[in-house]
Amino acid sequence: MEILVCVKRVPDTSENEIEVSKDGADIERDDLVYSVNEWDNYAVEEAIQIKDKIGGSVTVITVGDEEAEEVLRREMAMGADNGILLDDEAFEGSDGKGIATILKAAVEKGKYDLILTGAQADDGAAQVGGMLAAMLDMPYASLVNSVDVSDAKKLKVGREIEGGNQEMNEIELPCVLSIQTGINEPRYVGIRGIRKVASVEIPTYTASDLGLGADAVGAGAAKVKRLDYFVPELGEGAEMLEGSTEEKVAKLIELLKAKGGIK
Amino acid sequence: MAQFFAYISHGDGVADDAALEMITAAKKIDPSASVTAIVTGSGPDLDKVANELTASYPEVWKFNNDALAYPNAEVIRKALVNNLPADCILLTTHDTLGMDLAPGLSIKLDSAYVADVVDFEGLEGSDIKLVRQEFSGQVSTHVKCDAGNGAVLTLRPGVFPADESKSASGNVVDKDAGDVSTKRKYLEVVVAEVGDVDITKSEILVSVGRGIEDQDNLEIVHELAEAMGADVSCSRPIVDAKWLEKSRQVGTSGLTVKPKVYLAVGISGSFQHMGGIKGNPFVIAINKNPKAPIFQVADVGVTEDILEFIPELTEAINEAK
Repeated sequence: MEILVCVKRVPDTSENEIEVSKDGADIERDDLVYSVNEWDNYAVEEAIQIKDKIGGSVTVITVGDEEAEEVLRREMAMGADNGILLDDEAFEGSDGKGIATILKAAVEKGKYDLILTGAQADDGAAQVGGMLAAMLDMPYASLVNSVDVSDAKKLKVGREIEGGNQEMNEIELPCVLSIQTGINEPRYVGIRGIRKVASVEIPTYTASDLGLGADAVGAGAAKVKRLDYFVPELGEGAEMLEGSTEEKVAKLIELLKAKGGIK
Repeated sequence: MAQFFAYISHGDGVADDAALEMITAAKKIDPSASVTAIVTGSGPDLDKVANELTASYPEVWKFNNDALAYPNAEVIRKALVNNLPADCILLTTHDTLGMDLAPGLSIKLDSAYVADVVDFEGLEGSDIKLVRQEFSGQVSTHVKCDAGNGAVLTLRPGVFPADESKSASGNVVDKDAGDVSTKRKYLEVVVAEVGDVDITKSEILVSVGRGIEDQDNLEIVHELAEAMGADVSCSRPIVDAKWLEKSRQVGTSGLTVKPKVYLAVGISGSFQHMGGIKGNPFVIAINKNPKAPIFQVADVGVTEDILEFIPELTEAINEAK
């Protein structure tokens, strides 16, 4: 099976406190640790496991600049066969639809049976997979937490729905799936693994390579524009306990006792 | 202004809570908005829901079709595309159905798409100004959405107050879904397994999140819970890492709990997690990141490294006994 996985380089929220810059135009990016979007990492692992089971290839693709290449190499070190970088100034300021438009053009340059995305990324929109599927007229399932590839024409996929329940579906190939975390255990990638793929060539496609005009992608085409970042005014907010650790412990025990939090 | 629609999900013959929230949201975009409700399904449950909604919506579109008996987003999307007017504004919920349905719907309608809206700040021409969050709720953003060609907007559940006026006395309009053949077939729902401890019945929960860093560190959480007489629950990353069973997970994709006291340790507090906490418990959050969104909703917060703080707390509780 030929599998394409769409990935994104994002600030790692488990490693960083996200701060808004003084003018609110952006977040403070200087000291941020970036990594591959967590959901995408599960998607790549799933693709590799499918390939190991039934054969084929895994290609990872991203829209970004040359720094995004490190994310592609990381996923190739996990076991993806190919990487593709989609990089052009014209892509900057794209909204979700713009990103899906860029990916669609790249998908059509290849031949894929299965396209995976992470269920969501840093902006929490969970939108690109569903948009891409609609543009390609392929069936789509979101929040996928199990994939059964025993049939060559269709997959049996589980979707994570409310209450920890799982919705089972049969979906015809080719299709697009957005992958939920927890579907597998992504393998560890060591420095040695990344060194091994350090010199593998990663083709870069620009807007003109993809036949995309400025009216289709980038800030000009975006109907959805972020105006600023801000830290929301805390409503009531928590009463923050102050003082030494001992004092905090003492206050907390007092509160727990008062509220029935210690049996 | 464009026509407003609200796609409303339902279960057991009752409309989702978001049904009344979407009216408030539409009025925040445009105070003069008149919203048409859309429900899909089959059988008597659907009729019941459609009738219920006439109290709040002047018009309710009812799609009764066996293919819609289970809410398969691929089928619903086709029914909507076959029927919605161009340039309309469609509201629905940012939940597991909305995420499945809405992004593709915006493409098929050639309209703008914004997910997980938490507030609207009105309309300027055809631009809707709205608020959403990024980076797991650590920062908010103002967003301008050009709805000149229509828009599909999903709303965060529970943030818009319900419109309880129920003075619409509307009518139900039967709609033909049209061709809804799809390449995705719904099979069944596999119900979550019940775990060794039923956290939905726990009065005191110590809930652990990503901040615990390592599986071995869970020991200190179990010790704290034992000292308090509490049960241990967790947030999603702990289950993803397979450190605790799914039956311990609190949140919209896990279980809904209603304890008296909820002590969250190392949990940032995504809305999906907080959505699983009901009954207004006393929430205490301990997290080393002072910007963690959980401090916005907790009653009491402590900014400390849980790996150092929890053992001290446990020891002090045991001494105080």
